[in-house]
Amino acid sequence: MNSLPVWPIILPLSGALLAILWPRRSARIGLFASLSTLFATGLLLWQVASQGQLIHPLGGWDPGLAIVLRADALATTLLLMSSLVALAAGWYATAYFENTTKQSQFWPLWLLMIAALHAMLLSADLFNLYVTLELLGLSAVSLAALGAGRAAVEAALRYLTVGLLGSMAFLAGLTLVYTRYGTLDMLSLAQVIESEPATWLALALMSTGLLVKSALFPLHFWLPPAHANAPAPVSAALSALVVKAAFYLMLRLWLDTFQSALTPAASSLLGLLGAGAVLWGSWNALRAPRLKLLAAYSTVAQLGYLFIFFPLLMALPPGPRYDAAFGALVLMALTHGFAKSALFLTAGVIQQRAGHDRIEGLGGTARALPVTTFTLALAGVALIGLPPSGAFIAKWQLLSSAFALGQWFWVPVVTIGSLLAAAYVFRVLGYAFGTGEGVAHALSNGREELPALLLAIIATVVLGLGSIIVWHFIAPGALPAESF
Amino acid sequence: MFFTETIYALTGVALFGLGLRGSLLRRSLLGRILAINICGAGVFLMLVTVAYRGPEQLPDALPHARVLTGIVVAVSATALALALGRRFRETESE
Repeated sequence: MNSLPVWPIILPLSGALLAILWPRRSARIGLFASLSTLFATGLLLWQVASQGQLIHPLGGWDPGLAIVLRADALATTLLLMSSLVALAAGWYATAYFENTTKQSQFWPLWLLMIAALHAMLLSADLFNLYVTLELLGLSAVSLAALGAGRAAVEAALRYLTVGLLGSMAFLAGLTLVYTRYGTLDMLSLAQVIESEPATWLALALMSTGLLVKSALFPLHFWLPPAHANAPAPVSAALSALVVKAAFYLMLRLWLDTFQSALTPAASSLLGLLGAGAVLWGSWNALRAPRLKLLAAYSTVAQLGYLFIFFPLLMALPPGPRYDAAFGALVLMALTHGFAKSALFLTAGVIQQRAGHDRIEGLGGTARALPVTTFTLALAGVALIGLPPSGAFIAKWQLLSSAFALGQWFWVPVVTIGSLLAAAYVFRVLGYAFGTGEGVAHALSNGREELPALLLAIIATVVLGLGSIIVWHFIAPGALPAESF
Repeated sequence: MFFTETIYALTGVALFGLGLRGSLLRRSLLGRILAINICGAGVFLMLVTVAYRGPEQLPDALPHARVLTGIVVAVSATALALALGRRFRETESE
């Protein structure tokens, strides 16, 4: 009996309980729990890589009654990203929250959020997905409300009500699925699913719920205020992980479970909304007055790219070309996760040192905080999609799939989006390298600047140079080199 | 019996719709929270209806368990929303 998939959930969950019981030591407990979660995820990844997918019914109950955990290549890859980002952002949080009271408020919620996220990545049952979505939503909202002032509470409230509506739609959809098919297990559903109005309505309800949660344009309105007003380590996790979790569910539903019931027209709609998100998000990022607001709008745009992959994947027959595009999608999601969390952490450092994060007041940052400015530039490289970042290879693959399928209209969208991304990144760098006394000189603190640097290096260098490993693991049949 | 089931299911759908409409149109926070709860009650009613398998047979226990879980989730979400609402009010004077 292999119970390895349980550990990435149990460890942060017990850490959260311990942190509540022992508030004075919450930071130490939290870091230890994050580290052991990373270790458990590493073991799980190794196991999945050597033996293939692991399925674990909790408590040994029969499938259908049991809570089934499924660890496959996609889930474990995202688990690894989430454990790494959580560890780095948590490490930074020990410097960000100066007093023990704040720390003891932060850690239990943070660890609960990670436990919920990991449970969601590993769930193979629609109802368990609903429960984990709610757990994730509630802990994320509470974390977002830790931010300073009225604006953070207001944004968190809106985040909560919108998220609850999304979950209700998801729950209504899964009720329909259960009425029609009598099961909620995603693996057995994929075998029996039929293309008919009840299925379409169920999928439409569930997808609407998930699209609200993944902030796809034009349902993104709640994201910028919530992500921009949360404490920096929290924003990093919200943008890099929580939004992507809902996207991951869309991927599972559309490409695995409901794949045979779908028409290309439906996926074209997702692609169009994605294109809208790329243009609208990038344009607003360019106009954003504050660094964290820029990062939040950039998340809206980057999620748009991920949704553009849907019409391409639906049009490709199973085979090497499909696997190549699928690998590119995962690579894009991973790169964005690491780069965006790095960007939010640097924004946090700058905000605390300068007392504000107005982009026009960033003059002199490069002199006062050289490491952080370097990190900002590295994260920018990955967000624009310049080589050698993972996003470069992913966008290349996106464009070559679009050309190969004759869906050339995605090409200008990606090009304009990348140009706008270059513009908003260089706008920040332009001010940061300019003259001014925006940020006071101070001694560097490793806990502040190193986590972001490590995340940015993973996004830009490790994922770029190691992309072939990711590809082989996620989509073994892919031959990405062929299309270069 | 078919008739009773349909009434329950349709009531569920109607509550879901009413709650959805209210949560989108209401201005006051309390109204929105109540509307979301009504929306949830509609879905729970649908789930309860699904469990019914005729007068001779016992109802399906799985949807019932799901409704219970759903109610727990709804109560905690409502509590969080109310707590946030109070915090929002308290900061008004600042």
